Amino acid sequence: MKRIFFDRRLYVSLLVVLLLTFPFLMGQSSYFMGLVVTMAIYAIAAMSLNLLTGYGGQVSIGQGGFLMMGTYSTGIISSTLGFPIWVALPAAGVIAALVSLVIGLPAVRLKGHFLAVATLGFGLCIPEIALNWKSVTGGYSGLPLMRPEWASSDLAFFYVILVLTFLVTWMLMNIANSRLGRAFLAIRDSEIAAAATGINVAGYKTIMFMISAFFTGLAGGLYAYWVQYISPNDFTIMASFFLLAMIVVGGLASIWGAILGAVLFTGIPHFSDAYVGVTNLVIGVAVVLVILFRPAGLVSLVGLIKPGEKQRSRKKPTEELPVRSLEEADNA
Amino acid sequence: MLSFDRLTVRFSGLTAVSDLSLQVKKGTIHSIIGPNGAGKTTVFNCISRFYTPASGSIQFEGTDLTRLNPHQIIGLGIARSFQNVELFSKMTVMDNLLTGLHSLLSHNLLGICLNLPSIRRTEAEARRKAKTVLEMFGLSHCANEYVENLPYGYQKMVDIGRAVMVDPKLILLDEPVAGMNAAETSGLSRLIRKLRDDIGISVLLIEHDMSLVMEISDRITVMNFGEKIAEGVPSVIQNDPAVIEAYLGEVDDVEA
Ligand SMILES: Nc1ncnc2c1ncn2[C@@H]1O[C@H](COP(=O)(O)OP(=O)(O)OP(=O)(O)O)[C@@H](O)[C@H]1O
Ligand SMILES: [Mg+2]
Repeated sequence: MKRIFFDRRLYVSLLVVLLLTFPFLMGQSSYFMGLVVTMAIYAIAAMSLNLLTGYGGQVSIGQGGFLMMGTYSTGIISSTLGFPIWVALPAAGVIAALVSLVIGLPAVRLKGHFLAVATLGFGLCIPEIALNWKSVTGGYSGLPLMRPEWASSDLAFFYVILVLTFLVTWMLMNIANSRLGRAFLAIRDSEIAAAATGINVAGYKTIMFMISAFFTGLAGGLYAYWVQYISPNDFTIMASFFLLAMIVVGGLASIWGAILGAVLFTGIPHFSDAYVGVTNLVIGVAVVLVILFRPAGLVSLVGLIKPGEKQRSRKKPTEELPVRSLEEADNA
Repeated sequence: MLSFDRLTVRFSGLTAVSDLSLQVKKGTIHSIIGPNGAGKTTVFNCISRFYTPASGSIQFEGTDLTRLNPHQIIGLGIARSFQNVELFSKMTVMDNLLTGLHSLLSHNLLGICLNLPSIRRTEAEARRKAKTVLEMFGLSHCANEYVENLPYGYQKMVDIGRAVMVDPKLILLDEPVAGMNAAETSGLSRLIRKLRDDIGISVLLIEHDMSLVMEISDRITVMNFGEKIAEGVPSVIQNDPAVIEAYLGEVDDVEA
């Protein structure tokens, strides 16, 4: 009986139902729908970043740059070039992935601090390009963007974003829990052993960068369609910092941790905006506290971890190796 | 199956391996022994392609290993364990073993994203394989433990188990019983023989435990200061004056 209270599926189903009925619970308030959309966008970006940083161990401080690339690619492909949404969104992801290949190829040969600085440079330069390449990006005035007719209302597009977020979350979970996720973790823990088990370390680092950039670019595209305007002020380097804080506070190498972090950090400003400056203070303190006291992230407090994890016993095995079982194996 | 021809490895001035020629025959347990710093691990790291020899060649079943990258070696059927366990420490024992199977699994990205039946099926097969290896190494009860929480003896077993996952043709074991007690050592020595006799894995073994080496080796190569100083069956090596000379001060070991 007690089991049902700890069943992860139950909570996930409840969450999905809550999200699907949310607009009606909130009287179709655009403000609250916007809040959930922002959480969803950041959740996709944070999950993608977690695949790269939490699983793969490759720190990227410029992930906001891919979100911004996603917004502009979508704007240019949809508004300027006139392609429909089902072309613009995947294209935004593909363009981000291709750019990540260009910055990733030299970056995968860099380690630790150098990689961090290289990605920081990327995160800093994308907003500058957006501001200064006026003929394409519209400079300070940004770009307009229209939703497709079949989903032009906030309510309709809310569901578009929700469904795509569910889909992306499912795909990222599949990747994280697969042989690919294992290979990423392996590279994080020991590149030598990873290579010895047949993992092409440089190749897999490139793939991590591309997967994470693809979904982040897609998230940027979704956001652009939601606000229907592309601004050089969305997703500056601050977004990159926030994404990193989200996965650290939520939980590294955990899809649920990334979601938790995204929800918390998008939700905090909603409550603290009345007090100027409190938001960043709260986030800063949260990061420090988690690093000090809960390095596995807040998700480790919840029970929403991988299913196998709950059964894992705390008790250490005895020091002696089980020689008897070796003998049994011998006779077998 | 594996042969070195006049292999030489240098590290900025220091010659770690010099002019080493060596043949490992299929179906044998071949040991490399020698005092600390003799260059034994360096030989393994050349096979794994972590080091590139200054001269000489390494052939495995007709393939020149020096042309390959480290991650391609396991594809030929050569797996290894490490002297100072090199595990994925924040992963579970099960996941460590499954990663050992990496080179044999399909990595179709779309299939993985959508968790297609073919991916699920091969994943289930991989888990079954991991379970048999866990049983063989007596690790079944800690399948879901994080490796970093395990005692050293267990970690060594996981390291070797991960190498066994792919059913390699040749396994390289670098001091597998270092840090193990007598009971654990005799268990592992039976296991090594079992790998060869039942699964048909040839073994290239580096080990300081002389009684173990003398007991299970078909052939022994002795190295000192990067050079091969003796080679032969255990009974010959035991009484070779050059070997005893090299081990002077460690004579107790040889007699054991
Ligand atoms: N990456 C490296 N760079 C510089 N020198 C190295 C490197 N690897 C090994 N050496 C040197 O090469 C020599 C041989 O080392 P190696 O590790 O092969 O010895 P070993 O026979 O395995 O010794 P042990 O029994 O202590 O493990 C040593 O002098 C060592 O210091
Ligand atoms: Mg060594």
